[in-house]
Amino acid sequence: MTHVSHRLHPALHRLTWAAALTATLCAPAAHADTGKLLLTSGVSSIDGAAGGGLTPWAVIGSGATEGELGVSAFATRAHTQDYGLNVVGVAVGIHDRVELSLAQQDFNTGITGTALGLPGLHLKQTIVGAKWRVAGDAVLDSDTLMPQIAVGLEHKSLDSSGLDSTLNALGAKRSGTDVYVSATKLFLAQGILLNATLRATKANQNGLLGFGATLGGADNRLKLQPEFSVAYLLRKDLAVGAEYRSMSNRLQRAGQAAGLGDGLQSSAWKDIFIAWTPNKHSSVTLAYVDLGRIVPATTANRKQTGFYLSAQLSF
Amino acid sequence: MKKFLACAALALCFGQHALAQSDASAYPVTPAPGLYAALGEEAGLRSLMDDFVKNLVADPRLAAQFKDTKLDHLASQLTAQICQLAAGPCVYKGPDMKTAHADMDVTRAKFNALVEVLQTTMDAHKIPFTRQNQLLALLAPMHRDVITVH
Repeated sequence: MTHVSHRLHPALHRLTWAAALTATLCAPAAHADTGKLLLTSGVSSIDGAAGGGLTPWAVIGSGATEGELGVSAFATRAHTQDYGLNVVGVAVGIHDRVELSLAQQDFNTGITGTALGLPGLHLKQTIVGAKWRVAGDAVLDSDTLMPQIAVGLEHKSLDSSGLDSTLNALGAKRSGTDVYVSATKLFLAQGILLNATLRATKANQNGLLGFGATLGGADNRLKLQPEFSVAYLLRKDLAVGAEYRSMSNRLQRAGQAAGLGDGLQSSAWKDIFIAWTPNKHSSVTLAYVDLGRIVPATTANRKQTGFYLSAQLSF
Repeated sequence: MKKFLACAALALCFGQHALAQSDASAYPVTPAPGLYAALGEEAGLRSLMDDFVKNLVADPRLAAQFKDTKLDHLASQLTAQICQLAAGPCVYKGPDMKTAHADMDVTRAKFNALVEVLQTTMDAHKIPFTRQNQLLALLAPMHRDVITVH
């Protein structure tokens, strides 16, 4: 329960839920100012970009379609055996063409912080994102196989923390920029959405353990990591699906050089999710996540599985 | 990476191929088997379209667009068009979608609003969600001709 007591922004979480509830209750009386169809802007990923929960899609966030401006805000909490992650963020959608996003992650290092002599250590990361829809229409071009395609970047910077000396020893930087291309296609007649994203990144565990590593001659180059999502529409306001986000095992060699064996090993992130959008202005996503091993040296090699809950408001 | 690019290139080619086709014959999507029957055949479609056009003029986002429209004529045209698209025995004799919307200011937001009204109307007519999507898949490509304001 120590994870819960260390939550960041508990007031903000309550506010978001309250706002989500208000929006839900008021929705039947309100008419949308923005014109996207339900669920067609996805949900908010943990890095702030619109997409699935773990990976960005080619869709542009917010309710804004062509000729409109829109904004969305979200709060996400994920909790595994040994760790907790809270994220809050906003995204602006411009003419269904450009998306700008900002997210703040707060990672509770739990048992690992304690093992490092840093009990209560939280890692805070800010992510500034931009996405540009290059071509296609994921929803309406139902007579072609052409997907919606977008390119994006996510600039991540990790706050200075008690982990700095460890990151320095590993030769990992505290900031980095991911570049990605996403292709998203809704097979409308079948109600199936597919997304593929290819990310070029130096990030270790999405940047929470820094970017790259040099210790022991570790690989310090950009690596390509494919990510996939599939979703099935049960109703116009309800979707279920699964995601897979590959993750390069970049800290492996640095961990070995530091005498930790496979103690810094990382593996792919996966989830199965259900997303519900009671109206145009809100959505709730619940997922079961499997984040693989995160610093197994301090977690008895446990797989980090657990729940993920995210609420989004969108206008 | 190579595989990914190959997939993307393949998708692009397919996309352009299909687009080229759709220039020749309006919206060449194969209707799902059984769709026409699931929509209640011609009588069911007519009843659906009668309610649909009523709901269109009642929607504040779309009312202005349809204020001078003869609703009975519109419902009849839509019935024939959808009946034909869904592999029913009707022949749609009205104008093509580009011509029909050439003088109108139709934004993407209005197109989506119309889709929402159609979904609500289909809900009221107890048309299953999977069948609704099969119909929407036949109509969605019309966005290229119907939306006149980008």
